[in-house]
Amino acid sequence: MFQVKHGLVLAALLGTTAPAFAQTRTLVMNTDASDPAPKAAFEQLIADFEAEYPDIKVEVNVFDHEGYKTAIRNFLTADAPDLANWYAGNRMRPFVEANQFMDVSDVWAENGLEESLHSAASSMTIDGKQWGVPYTYYQWGIYYNRDAYAQAGVDPESIETWDDFIAACEKIDAAGIDCLTTGSKALWPIAGIFDYVNLRTNGYDFHMQLTSGEVPWTDDRVKAAFANWEKVLPYTTDNHAAIDWQDAVANLVQGKAANYVMGNFAVAAFKDGGMTDENLGFMPFPTIDDSIARAEDAPTDTIHIPAGAKNPEDAKLFLAFLARADVQTKMNETLGQLPINADSTVVDDPYLQQGFEMLSSAEGGIAQFFDRDASPEMAKAGMEGFQEFMVRPERLDQILDRLERQRQRLAGK
Amino acid sequence: MSLTPDTFGTPAPRKRRRNQLTPWLFLAPGILMFAVYVVIPIFQSFWISFHSWDGIGEASWVGLSNYSELWWDDAFYTSLKNNIIWLVLYMLAVPLGLLIALFLNQTVRGIRIYKSLFFFPFVISQVVVGLMFSWFYAPDFGLFYTLIEAVTGNGVAILADERFVTYGIIAAGLWPQIAYCMILYLTGLNAVAPDQIEAARLDGAKGWRMLWHVVIPQLRPATFIAVVVTVIGALRSFDLVSIMTAGGPFGSSRVLSYYMYEQALSEYGYRMGYGAAIAVVLFAIMMIFISGFIWKMWRDERGV
Repeated sequence: MFQVKHGLVLAALLGTTAPAFAQTRTLVMNTDASDPAPKAAFEQLIADFEAEYPDIKVEVNVFDHEGYKTAIRNFLTADAPDLANWYAGNRMRPFVEANQFMDVSDVWAENGLEESLHSAASSMTIDGKQWGVPYTYYQWGIYYNRDAYAQAGVDPESIETWDDFIAACEKIDAAGIDCLTTGSKALWPIAGIFDYVNLRTNGYDFHMQLTSGEVPWTDDRVKAAFANWEKVLPYTTDNHAAIDWQDAVANLVQGKAANYVMGNFAVAAFKDGGMTDENLGFMPFPTIDDSIARAEDAPTDTIHIPAGAKNPEDAKLFLAFLARADVQTKMNETLGQLPINADSTVVDDPYLQQGFEMLSSAEGGIAQFFDRDASPEMAKAGMEGFQEFMVRPERLDQILDRLERQRQRLAGK
Repeated sequence: MSLTPDTFGTPAPRKRRRNQLTPWLFLAPGILMFAVYVVIPIFQSFWISFHSWDGIGEASWVGLSNYSELWWDDAFYTSLKNNIIWLVLYMLAVPLGLLIALFLNQTVRGIRIYKSLFFFPFVISQVVVGLMFSWFYAPDFGLFYTLIEAVTGNGVAILADERFVTYGIIAAGLWPQIAYCMILYLTGLNAVAPDQIEAARLDGAKGWRMLWHVVIPQLRPATFIAVVVTVIGALRSFDLVSIMTAGGPFGSSRVLSYYMYEQALSEYGYRMGYGAAIAVVLFAIMMIFISGFIWKMWRDERGV
């Protein structure tokens, strides 16, 4: 009873105070920035925006990172905010097609974003229109433990091709260390391995055709990619299916494993575990076929205006602000990631500098990530197939048949 | 109806109408809630299962195609098979609960503390149970893993192995379920008539014969409830699967309720129609048991 009364009093209070706010302009923003670094970056971003536009007040609703992915469906239709963050590429397609995101091509045109945000422009464009503004991205690649390499007597700098890598793995394995670690309980970490093996074996264009469902999964080129992946399976951590990506971080930190295919966000976790710039190394995924232009995975995070926004004018001001070079520089300093705006500066951090170098010289193209490039249903089925392949490589044909059936079903819709 | 006994003579028409109305008035809030939150959603699920719908766009009528897709869906059969394993193995909770109840049904100093300790797993949340068992099974540092490693020289990561994963989760589920059955039997044992025990003892019954012929027949109501809650518990197993494996590795520990959630509501899902079709199948399976139970209760009530 007490609680009920309490709630009523609170409701009454809110009811009476709400009109006072109505005088100023309000922007409601829903975000999944619940982890420490993103949270700090968003708080700073909003404080700076409010300082520049004193008559606009931004109200932020922070959602749990994982919960946000399901919550967005509900709030877009039921109670749309003015701004919501999400991801680029095919991951935003369902919302664009369901008319849940607002076309913001005018923001792009007025602020010359086609120029300044050029690297992410294609992943923000559907039907020739832009549907949001990207503010950060980060590279994927191989993070490694120098101490583990030293113990096995291998020089990580000497690895350039996939054959080099496998040869190194043999030595590392002989030293009693897992060459490659990962945690596939949540599935997505292994999608990074598939992306790279396929990008290196078949190139960017093929990878994009495969993820968008234009090429059959039973294609021989897909099998070739899996054959390359199979070479590293004997040196991959056992029981990866039972552990999360953070548990695999522990393997690398403790020197039980030498390499980890991961996104740059994991650097914070490696360093929390006690690694330093001295013993944590980064290298691009090795070359498999040198006739293929190098392409990389670099997922982009974005902010959108829901179609049901109550204050789209001010939301567009916010997007224009977010796209600015100085804003992206400052925000990505806190995030520890890369800004999209070409005029921004990259924070002085060895991994980010290396990543920026690697991405800006990737002639092949920039992929978003398997679960953003493929449709959600295909992504789920695919990642489950990758996991099964890693545990039971002999079932590859069965797995590919199943994925192909799924692809045909999705194509038939 | 016994509310209008004829012994008081023929009541006035108005009074009779009121008497007929009163029970419905009392039932109305319950019926309303039940209709809004249970019955109507069941029919809505039926309706959605004939559509293709992502939850935000337009739903389009697809007839029975969700069901025909289910028919060819390997993942559906994996889930169905796991549900059956759950049903069979979960039943172990009933005899094991009885065993512990018999053991605890004695008067020694501090027995209440022991009873509450045995009941403890039912009090804590399923999520906590799932987490504890995940650590128990965890490769490299889990107690179970290290134990197996010490005995056989080779550790088994239960939750990463498609052969064992479902059994591992069921073991976690049995822990609280046994406690639940135990409490049901403990209350049942309080109601066992001491004079019958006395009489049986005079006739020379003891041990198994006493249990089988005198005690267990008197525990029938408790057994009935224990079976009902265990069947329902097995069919709606969701929390443990979600916490411990999220259906993995590669979908081998899915059960129908989790598969439904995955298809309809999870990060990569949003096939509301397909999820609803799975829900309808699960509902049909549950209906077999539920109607059995209701039929038995109905028969018992009339028999008395």
